[in-house]
Amino acid sequence: MQRITCDVLVIGAGPAGLAASIAAKQEGAEKVLIVERDESIGGILQQCIHPGFGLSYFKEELTGPEYYARFADKTLELGVEVLLNTMVLDITDEDVVCISAKDGLSIIKAGSIVLAMGCRERTRHQLTIPGSRPSGVFTAGTAQRLMNRENAMIGRRVVILGSGDIGMIMARRMTLEGAKVIAVVELNDYLAGLTRNKVQCLDDFEIPLLMKHTITDIKGRKRIESVTVCEVDANNIPIPETAVEYPCDTLLLSVGLIPENELTHKAEIDISPITNGPVVNQYMQTSREDVFACGNVVHVNDLVDNVSLESERAGQYAAKYALGKLKKREDVIQAQPGRNVRYICPQQIVNAEDGGEINLYFRVAGPEEKVRILVKTGDKVIVQKKALRVNPGEMEHMRFDAREITSPDLTVEVMKEAI
Amino acid sequence: MEKIVICTVCPIGCNITVREENDELVITGNQCKRGLTYATNEYLHPVRILTTTVKVHGGDQVLVPVRSAEPLPKELLFSAMDLIRDLTVDAPIHRGDVLINNILDTGIDIVATGEIKC
Repeated sequence: MQRITCDVLVIGAGPAGLAASIAAKQEGAEKVLIVERDESIGGILQQCIHPGFGLSYFKEELTGPEYYARFADKTLELGVEVLLNTMVLDITDEDVVCISAKDGLSIIKAGSIVLAMGCRERTRHQLTIPGSRPSGVFTAGTAQRLMNRENAMIGRRVVILGSGDIGMIMARRMTLEGAKVIAVVELNDYLAGLTRNKVQCLDDFEIPLLMKHTITDIKGRKRIESVTVCEVDANNIPIPETAVEYPCDTLLLSVGLIPENELTHKAEIDISPITNGPVVNQYMQTSREDVFACGNVVHVNDLVDNVSLESERAGQYAAKYALGKLKKREDVIQAQPGRNVRYICPQQIVNAEDGGEINLYFRVAGPEEKVRILVKTGDKVIVQKKALRVNPGEMEHMRFDAREITSPDLTVEVMKEAI
Repeated sequence: MEKIVICTVCPIGCNITVREENDELVITGNQCKRGLTYATNEYLHPVRILTTTVKVHGGDQVLVPVRSAEPLPKELLFSAMDLIRDLTVDAPIHRGDVLINNILDTGIDIVATGEIKC
């Protein structure tokens, strides 16, 4: 067993962990250590070979590997240490326990901890689709890993359930590799992912998108042979008369992501039932004052650019905490979702009178057109903007200074614009 | 001829109509200048960045991710894939290495976006 001491410990070397570790170093933390269970750094971006990253952060269009490389280079340059092939088992009150095949158990004592474990995909079992249990049913991200990193062509006739970004990106990827994507099937009447991906991944290749449809049966003995697709009614209940059976050898599921918070739960850190991630304040600090969190472990993001920005904040304040420079939190204000707002992140603002930029990220509950977004405290509107269209698949954000919060409440609401 | 272009420049996603009238493009439905440029290019000559993978011989990974250094004409994507699919490269490979020079005489290179060690 080895004992390690560090100022800031970051769990996970994906985009969130890399950005947090860099910011922690830049803030003055001397020893910053990342623990990563994979054999290499970069996280999910290693398999996201497509472009579309960095448009807001770097003002240029990069692929996933190019995007994380810029952060990886910086960690190297700044002397961030990385423990690969190492899995964190437990965060106790005193230290962090991790294990690797090479070193066995390690006990890490850290001045502060940054949770950057990311998320994982929802699977068929969480949807309860009836039918047999053949092979050929993949989550879209697993399919992406198999094709982009392991050189496996996973199928030739593909149906995709869910219009999430990874599903649409895999529709294009498989088409380019010679597969026939029969349809993308979406339960809701709005897109789960970004419009950009519908245009460039589906429309470009004339792949049909069936809105208000779902899969009601999976048939096949060894390998999947067909799926049954039904239209759904206003309550999302399948209409049996509309059933169509599509022969296929592959079904991809792109039906949502779940923040990976087993460690957070075990450490008894408060978790939001809506985001399924830790509740954080504007410093990305969790209910345990020495534990910070960032990226998809907090809430699932659409754009890695936002993850990088949020994670820099987590790393910066984790370093401040470790160096004894972070003021005790007082006057906790809860940010309340108002009309047509599903959740807000960060959920809490502390020490508002000290000022500092607040960047509230939020998602709407349902799609709407011609709206006004307002951030309010007491009777005062702090900041507002018009939006032509809002969609649950595209995260919104509002920026203002903490000093503007003059009452002990904060609400974000989306109002229909009077015409 | 008329074509509806969904603008992907920003999240608003305007539905822009492009119509040809007396050899001139009439563009409506855009809300900004960038949308005008996007719709014009989409109508006259749509281009896309192509990303895929190339097989690697003797590396620590079996595939290296690649991209077209610049966007390729959309109609050439499948022909470009046919060429890239037949290629195998030897490790080591560095990010930015040109793996196919001037693909399909477009003047555009296919470059590695990942690092592969031996």
